[in-house]
Amino acid sequence: MQNHPLIDIRDLIKRFPSGEGDFTALRGITLTFAPGEFAGLVGPSGSGKTTLLNIIGSLDGPSEGQVAVLGNDMARLTPKAAAELRNHHIGFIFQTYNLLPVFSVFDNVEFPLLLQKSSGAARRKAVMAALEWVGLADKARSRPNRLSGGECQRVSIARAMVKRPELVLADEPSANLDAANSHHILATMKKLNRELGTTFLFATHDEKVMQYLDRIIYLEDGRVARDEWSGGGENGPAAADPSHRDLAAGTPAEDDHARDQTGL
Amino acid sequence: MLAIRLAFKNLRAAGLRTWLAAAVLSIAFVVMVFYNGLLDGWNLQARNDTRAWEIGGGQYWHPQYDRFDPFSLQEAHALLAPPVQQRVAAGELAPVLIVPATAYPDGRMINVQLKGIAADQRILALPTGFFRSDSAELPALIGRRMAASLKLKSGDEMLVRWRDRNGVFDAREITIAHIFSANVPAIDNGQIWLPLDRLQALTGLENQCTLLIAAAEQPAPPLPGWNWRPPALLLKEYEEVIQAKKAGSGILYGLLFAIALLAIFDTQVLAIFRRQREIGTLMALGMTRGQVIRLFTVEGSVHSLLALFLVALYGLPLLAWLGRHGITMPEVADATGMTISATLIPVYSLSLLLVSVALVIVSAAIVSYLPARRIAQMKPTEALKGRAM
Repeated sequence: MQNHPLIDIRDLIKRFPSGEGDFTALRGITLTFAPGEFAGLVGPSGSGKTTLLNIIGSLDGPSEGQVAVLGNDMARLTPKAAAELRNHHIGFIFQTYNLLPVFSVFDNVEFPLLLQKSSGAARRKAVMAALEWVGLADKARSRPNRLSGGECQRVSIARAMVKRPELVLADEPSANLDAANSHHILATMKKLNRELGTTFLFATHDEKVMQYLDRIIYLEDGRVARDEWSGGGENGPAAADPSHRDLAAGTPAEDDHARDQTGL
Repeated sequence: MLAIRLAFKNLRAAGLRTWLAAAVLSIAFVVMVFYNGLLDGWNLQARNDTRAWEIGGGQYWHPQYDRFDPFSLQEAHALLAPPVQQRVAAGELAPVLIVPATAYPDGRMINVQLKGIAADQRILALPTGFFRSDSAELPALIGRRMAASLKLKSGDEMLVRWRDRNGVFDAREITIAHIFSANVPAIDNGQIWLPLDRLQALTGLENQCTLLIAAAEQPAPPLPGWNWRPPALLLKEYEEVIQAKKAGSGILYGLLFAIALLAIFDTQVLAIFRRQREIGTLMALGMTRGQVIRLFTVEGSVHSLLALFLVALYGLPLLAWLGRHGITMPEVADATGMTISATLIPVYSLSLLLVSVALVIVSAAIVSYLPARRIAQMKPTEALKGRAM
């Protein structure tokens, strides 16, 4: 597994047109991520973490250098192939949740499977399993506007996870949440990472998120400043500190129930 | 299927704006079908009435006859050859002799045409049987318009003067045997119908006529010395008027269509602007740009389906009611000289309905696609930030 990184980035440079010249957002990034990592890109605004996340997620392309995700050279992907890659192998979690407002919770989570043209029965089973993971099975018929921010983000996690992707990219997932909800969704993601082996890659500058990360890559001005493995991230604060666990779980019984439901 | 499902949900969420656009589109549809149906109905009635009362299955004209030139009438007549007489006797042809004349109703003077037609003809709907049943010396038929303008009624007498074959003036009192009612002004205004044999005798044009009306449309066998005028040629003016009317009414429902389509276009532009983040999300979830464009195009096109739903709700019953009861025309409607009945009944053909439905759906799809094309230029990363436009 170590010989075949999930993400392999070599000398990545990303420029954007800006005024008379170009603005260089990423300046020679070289990184690899193995399957099952729970890692984060950390840095101040403008450090290039979202840009890097977008390139890994095939939403944008590199200007120079090589980026391979799941063996796909991102510079050579056609738009259709990039869409296929996102649809089948990459999940996204956004700061503002980005749920489809006219769809119910169930419909939102089901959406990626509809794009995959899965059968109705398989879809229903997978969606309910994903909602169980995040503890929202009872809100399946609710509309996003009836949910709290934390619940919306959990729906977003379920939507990202429902297709069992190899990689989930989360851009500031806790930025709009209070502490309790932040810990809750991070604990949920950590659990999914452990139990399903899904690789999670965050872009964040939130201390709460960092506490959960196994690996933290500090970006400054488009460069990797530090690449650290964090022992504290092994199990996250929820496991390390009972008070954190309560905070993270929000409703411990619900969390335990969710863990049981994964069955993985 | 996914696109339609999402489209319906988004349109439902848009609420009143959606229904407003759909309502205007449905009105445009109903108006278009009604106007075209009305004109088609008028056309059908006019053709049927004109055939029944004026032109039959076509006409053979004397070469010098010009229906728009009264001066041509003096010389536009010829003897009926024996083969023609045989066909007349068989009821295949009805000869008509036309003589220019002057009538003096109530001391006034008006130009008229005396038209001689056989009492026993069965080709035209003219009630020529009254020639036989009336005991007057010179019984005449006139139409209701002529009777109204000259203030004549059945049994009235009127002096009529004409010139015979030698150019000598002659005059007689005619007796109005019957006033007929027809939707065809061409056989009514300024027309006095007399028994053919009497008119031939009075003018010295025995066994002669100006034109022959055929019983049935046919690949007409040529009659030497007579020019065949098929119904299509004789109805050409009506067709042209109807087409002109259609073009005129097209402006009205074209405007309504434009308003409806503009509303859809506007809704689509607004939706794409406001839903950039959603567009970015859809791409992040694995939709290609083409799929997103299709989604928004379908969403706009669904307006047309909603419009057709509204049409089914109120438009079809309304059109059906109008199709049964028609539109009553004012008294002066036929003063234009056009064949027009007192009540116009719209006729909705299947092709009219299908073309109208296709027009609504296709035009809604086009105006939905035009703004959706902008999605093709969107970068997903910018769309996710809501800054792609």
